[in-house]
Amino acid sequence: MDIRKLFISLLRGRISDPKQLLLNFMPSLFAIFGFFLLCGVVVHARGQNALEFYSIIFSSGFSSFDEFGYVLFNATPLIFTGLAVAIGYKSGLFNIGCEGQLYVAAFATAWTGMHIDLPALLLVPLCIAAAVIAGAVWGAIPGYLKAKYGAHEVINTIMMNFIAFALMNYLVTSIYQEPGQMIPQTRQVHETARIPRLASFVPSLPDSNPLNVSFLIACGCVVFCYIFFTHTRWGYELRLVGNARDVASYGGINPRAVTVWVMALSGAAAGLAGVAEVMGYRYRYLDSFSSGWGFTGIAVALLGRNNPFGILAAAVLFGLLNKVALDIDILLGIPRGLFFAGQGMLIIWLVCIEGISRKKNDT
Amino acid sequence: MILDLVPTTLRMATPLGFAALGGIYSERAGVINLALEGMMLIGAFGYVVGTQVSGSTWFGLLVGIGFGVGLALLHAVATVTFHAEQVVTGIGINILALGITEYLLPTSKQVDGLPHWQLPFIGSYSFIVYLLPVLMVVSHIFLFKTPWGLRLRAAGESTEALAALSLRRTRWQYLGILLSGLFAGVGGCFLASEVHYFTKGMTAGRGYLALAAVIFGNWRPLSGVSACFLFGFATALELANRWNIPGQLLNSLPYILTMIVLIGFVGTSRPPASLGKMKS
Repeated sequence: MDIRKLFISLLRGRISDPKQLLLNFMPSLFAIFGFFLLCGVVVHARGQNALEFYSIIFSSGFSSFDEFGYVLFNATPLIFTGLAVAIGYKSGLFNIGCEGQLYVAAFATAWTGMHIDLPALLLVPLCIAAAVIAGAVWGAIPGYLKAKYGAHEVINTIMMNFIAFALMNYLVTSIYQEPGQMIPQTRQVHETARIPRLASFVPSLPDSNPLNVSFLIACGCVVFCYIFFTHTRWGYELRLVGNARDVASYGGINPRAVTVWVMALSGAAAGLAGVAEVMGYRYRYLDSFSSGWGFTGIAVALLGRNNPFGILAAAVLFGLLNKVALDIDILLGIPRGLFFAGQGMLIIWLVCIEGISRKKNDT
Repeated sequence: MILDLVPTTLRMATPLGFAALGGIYSERAGVINLALEGMMLIGAFGYVVGTQVSGSTWFGLLVGIGFGVGLALLHAVATVTFHAEQVVTGIGINILALGITEYLLPTSKQVDGLPHWQLPFIGSYSFIVYLLPVLMVVSHIFLFKTPWGLRLRAAGESTEALAALSLRRTRWQYLGILLSGLFAGVGGCFLASEVHYFTKGMTAGRGYLALAAVIFGNWRPLSGVSACFLFGFATALELANRWNIPGQLLNSLPYILTMIVLIGFVGTSRPPASLGKMKS
């Protein structure tokens, strides 16, 4: 691949056509605007000051490097799951199974980090590979069942989620639980299986800030996915199968094979969210650690219009919302549920807007 | 020994059975319904709120059903009228229901349960438990022996057939989805009425399990509800835990079985032909 050509197409293709880009992201902007408006109305209806609410949203995310670090920390797993959903979606597959995939991957990482003692230079890549492989396998199973038997991947990924929850719960409570602990968690991984916090490189971040190198990995994945989708043969196959399956088969692409590897790739991306958790933050596997990251990933991908950079922005927005939800609870006494409800509303609006535009195209 | 498991099985299977019946109506009309989870949750929430406000469990049941149908209406407007992606809408509704209920009712007071009926040889259960087999048979007759059922199924199978009869597909889809809200709402009410309070996320994946039962039962009321009894039995076994089998294994049994059924190893499972397709 020619780097120079890539740059030219980057400049010509998307960035030089801001009108098209804006049009593409219009529904997302509308939905975000509507979401904040709705939240303000609810706060006002509660008899509280809506302006104060908005100023808290701003200060909670952007008043210092520390605050913004937390936002990016919250965003990290969502970037991975958002990309995972988008990878599937671009080839016409729904990966609802990110939640299960990231659990399995996180456990694989923790297991590798606990049981294998190697210098960091070897162990870190090995642990990441363990997560990628575990996530890919957990994703590839529904993909294979779809390709081979035509079993719907939505149902199978949901089933695989529940199987993953049960299996991981069994492993962590019955076999690998930290001795002498009531909490369902494993013991810590070796020091060499951890990835450093960004606070050790960035002087303006306090040491307490949990933002870590996994965020940079996530950003790397965003760029990788962009190049992968638009500038590689495989990305082309993936999109062609998603948009015109028959054309793809006539063109010599095997849609079944694509289905399997797309689901594997999607699972691998979701699995990296497990890396962020185990290697970057908690240094161990804690049972049911994810607060619905796999499902929020669907909202992130929708809001980001399945564009990798859009997903990055959407994940940061959701990272902000998750942080604000806590602060609002403390400062204004508004339960976090409001934000979840808003998030659900946001998803429904987005798919409705998308549906209406599709309906117009059909007729 | 096995007989000891009957009460738990019934209690576990009833909410699933109602949600599964709801799922069958919606999916037979051609609309994928992942929102069963949210509809059950808001049904449970409605029951507790209604009972707390009025002091009457009957009013609570009504409110629970009303909330379930309300959420179903949202699903119907989004998917049928606006052609929104059905799977994503369902997940959005589940998140919405989780958020609304947590926001409005972080902790609930204890409320009364629905009346229990004492029957000879069977024992004393909530009347909802007895209602399930009745509604299962009624649903079967409605779907497969009446012209209305035929039309509802036609909405999910072949749009052309409905168009030839100059019937509107959207109406039957609305009916199917609203019925699913009604049934899932009853399932949620039963859940809340048995434990006497509401906790956030108390449905704990039952909506998805009900959906698994729908597929397991090949989109038919009789086999779908039977699947729920099987799943309920698996849960009862897990709770009794006399044989030292890891509970988590029994817990995931329904999901593994559903995957096997989907592959086609055990019988055949065929979804309605136009399930999830919205083009008119």
